[in-house]
Amino acid sequence: MVDISQNNILEGTTRRNFIKSVIASASVVSSSAYLFRSHGGSKVWAASSGTVERLISLKVNGQTRRVEVLPQDTLANVLRYKLGLTGTKIGCDRAECGNCTVMIDGVTNYSCSTLVHSVRGREVTTIEGIAPKSGGLHPVQQAFIDELGPQCGFCTPGQVVAAVSFLQRNPKPTREEARSAMSGNLCRCGAYNNYLNGVMKAAGG
Amino acid sequence: MSYKLIGKNFTPSDLEAKVTGRAKYSEDFRAEGMLFAKLYLSPMPHAKVVKIDVSEALKMKGVAGVLTADDLKEVPPGGNPILTNEPHFVGAPILAVAAVDETTAAAALDKIKVKLKPLPFVTDPMDSLYPGGSNATRIGNVVGAKKKLKEHKWSAKDFAKAGENKLPLGKAVDEWTYGDIDKGFKDAQVVLDETFVTASGSHQCMEPRSSMAYWQNGKCYVHGSVQSSSFTFPFLAKAIGVKPENLVFVSEYCGGGFGSKAYYYPSMAIPPYLSKKLGRPVMLRITRAEEYYLGAARAGFQGRIKIGFKADGRISAVDAYIVQSNGPTTGFADYKNFGNAVSVVYQPENMRWRGIPVLTNTIPQGAMRGPGENQTAAAMEPIIDKAARKLGLDRLAIRRINAPDKDGKFGQKRDPFTSAYQKDGLDIGARKFNWNKKKKLSGNRNGSKVIGVGIGQAYHAAGSNGFDGLVRILPNGKLHIHTGIGNLGTFSYASTSRVAAEVLGYDWKNCVIERGDSRKHLPWNLGQFGSNTSFTMSRTNFVAAQDAKQKLLEIAAMDLGGDPENYHLVNERVVSKSSSSKFMTFAQAAQRAIQIGGKYSGKWEKLPKELNPMTKKAVEGVAGSGLIGVAKDLLKKDGVAPALCTGFAMVELDQETGKYEILEYLGVADCGTVMFPDGLGAQMHGGAVMGFGMASSERHVYDPKLGIPANRGLYQQKPPTYLDVPSKLEWAAVNKPDPQSPFGSRGVGEPPLGAAASAVASAISDAMGGHLFNRIPVTPDMIVNVLSGQQQSHKALQVNTQ
Repeated sequence: MVDISQNNILEGTTRRNFIKSVIASASVVSSSAYLFRSHGGSKVWAASSGTVERLISLKVNGQTRRVEVLPQDTLANVLRYKLGLTGTKIGCDRAECGNCTVMIDGVTNYSCSTLVHSVRGREVTTIEGIAPKSGGLHPVQQAFIDELGPQCGFCTPGQVVAAVSFLQRNPKPTREEARSAMSGNLCRCGAYNNYLNGVMKAAGG
Repeated sequence: MSYKLIGKNFTPSDLEAKVTGRAKYSEDFRAEGMLFAKLYLSPMPHAKVVKIDVSEALKMKGVAGVLTADDLKEVPPGGNPILTNEPHFVGAPILAVAAVDETTAAAALDKIKVKLKPLPFVTDPMDSLYPGGSNATRIGNVVGAKKKLKEHKWSAKDFAKAGENKLPLGKAVDEWTYGDIDKGFKDAQVVLDETFVTASGSHQCMEPRSSMAYWQNGKCYVHGSVQSSSFTFPFLAKAIGVKPENLVFVSEYCGGGFGSKAYYYPSMAIPPYLSKKLGRPVMLRITRAEEYYLGAARAGFQGRIKIGFKADGRISAVDAYIVQSNGPTTGFADYKNFGNAVSVVYQPENMRWRGIPVLTNTIPQGAMRGPGENQTAAAMEPIIDKAARKLGLDRLAIRRINAPDKDGKFGQKRDPFTSAYQKDGLDIGARKFNWNKKKKLSGNRNGSKVIGVGIGQAYHAAGSNGFDGLVRILPNGKLHIHTGIGNLGTFSYASTSRVAAEVLGYDWKNCVIERGDSRKHLPWNLGQFGSNTSFTMSRTNFVAAQDAKQKLLEIAAMDLGGDPENYHLVNERVVSKSSSSKFMTFAQAAQRAIQIGGKYSGKWEKLPKELNPMTKKAVEGVAGSGLIGVAKDLLKKDGVAPALCTGFAMVELDQETGKYEILEYLGVADCGTVMFPDGLGAQMHGGAVMGFGMASSERHVYDPKLGIPANRGLYQQKPPTYLDVPSKLEWAAVNKPDPQSPFGSRGVGEPPLGAAASAVASAISDAMGGHLFNRIPVTPDMIVNVLSGQQQSHKALQVNTQ
């Protein structure tokens, strides 16, 4: 078995690398990468694959969190099931929809397709870390409310994180630039027009 | 008429939770000792389970147990079972296994041996209707008008007569006629006879239908993703075999439904059963691939329509036939909705409609946003264009002359409408889109790119009646509005609640909406589907608030003297009409209601008998807490409330690649009074985006040899992205009140999709000089085939193709 926790090629994981690594870890089952190991206070059972958990430190929303993870654990699953950060949504679990978007060192990333080992020592920002610690909302969040961005709301956390990250890189974008930057985030309610209005409003446009 | 709240924008109270990630969807809940379930799905489109051996799996450490169809009530073919020993589609759940984590549960699935005996299957209704063709079930292939499963075949002669490119017109199982179609066709100047196909497609909600359940002290607690809170409740209770008082159902947020989560659906019942059997909480996460298998789909059509047009474009006769690819269950009445939608949008002088829902071993099909009506729009509108070209008429004019207004009629029985202003919708749209100028751009070229413009129209019924409303005024003066509709993202849970506040003259900040959890004493409401809430629940909240108002007036008269009619409501006070210094606040009145008791505080000796048992239970739950307003909607409704939409689109089609870009889109709604302008705009835009997908890219594909669906990921049935839609969309509304809705509103959730899909289909046809594909979606390869004179890779009637 390859211990991918020691495998530095996963820094800046691509989807292909991710898949290769998971296959290498010999623990993915049949059709589904949509698997995780629960935490829930229970002592973890040895899975059939014989993989073991390792205790690692993650920097999430400015805090250092100690967490036991498996080699094949994705960032999305660890956030949702081991750190209680359920604002990050899993819509497809295969880097198609962007509902699980988080920032890693300020750059947007699909957390469903990011192995948690690859983000050790890096700054992870989830939807829970977007609003200012002093209270209130981030301008993007406020603009999304003002422009009635969300409909069902399931893609909204990902849309917010994508917009925040984009505006950090490009504080005064054109609408076309915003449209391109946001295009990795699907919204089945079709609220693109309203989200774009929100991005432009947050940019002061 | 100017209102305090109706027609004004506001901020729905759940928005902050949505933008901060605090909104909890069903997969966001945890329970101590929670197990995780995985499903064993049928790899065959139709089979019989011969043997299941779970012994190896149960020996695994961490595996808690298995649930099979043998643990559940048997469901006959045609039903929609929770688990089954006779799967009728690839992906049908055969069993569920629960373990301490998903990895273990999935590993356990690999150890379970399921022996299946393959049975005959069919994916194309034509194959099943052919003499000797396979049936999707042991019993038959058609669910008739009375829902009895039976075998139905056409004759070989029917097929031979039609030839390859026309839908055979064999015997139907459902049909109706009004007028005299033979006479109608005689009156016609132009008669078209078109055969068409509309593809089946998935809802593709961003949130897969995960659910979690646990039992405590004999009560079952379920967290589910569903569009409707109250309406789901009795069906869920029945499915899991508990009395309503022993079910707690939490459904505060729904991450997209579009009909596929209208109310109870079978996979929701798996965690409750597993949890009961194993004595631990169970979470069932549905994967994206599973969502495609068991998450329902829009029914596909193979249709044929003969239409007669008079010289002025008026439709004198329609003879329509729809074969619906139904999936293996009773499905939904899309095919019937075709007939009704045509009767509404085009008001034919004479019409016959015929149809057959044919069972197929494909994904179970259910209602998807405008089920039937939106397929109708996408198929029909380009055909209307063809007639306009033949008659030399303007494409707007031919729609206008047929469009329904207040004298329009519905369906076979020619029922009246509560109101309808489709002609106004067309006119408003034509002005705002600048149709007369834009239509001249048609055919303009820029290199390999050519411009096309189009118009689309769509309909859906927009309201029901007979449900209950419940409001409370508490001693702190706040108004609590209890609503049992869901939170699908249309915000109608809030906009219809504002009706109660409007009646009582409340400041919106003093109002609280109680929703999303059966412990919140929810009244019997219709679900958030069928474009109905803005009509139906405006009425329930209106009558409940009227009841509260009457009680406020009576309490004031009791305490301050005079008759109730001597008082009126001003700024959350009951004030004497003759002396403004003589008043009591709503807070005081609520306090008095508690003291007086009886009907005022909901403590009837016998509750009004017309109330639904669920509402009665809700009243009992809140009795004594304040002034209770509760009533059943018995207001007049003597017609069909319609939702009508018009779409105007301009596309630029690249003749070399077959790709097209939607340059501009305007949608116009006829939905009565606009209650919440921003909310309506969001629906008009969002529906349009989904319509663009229907027109261009979304469809199910099956391997006809193996019955296996190809769609497992979003990319195989691509929903539109930011880059597939214009960066700015436009909308408008007729905004004329419906006289049978308290503040004039009708619903409109569904037709924005059909209007957009059909406007784009019309525009593509226009860009290609009027070529009629008679097929939805229109994909680039189909366009290139036409432009290069190649044959299409599919036959005219072929469904479920690439």
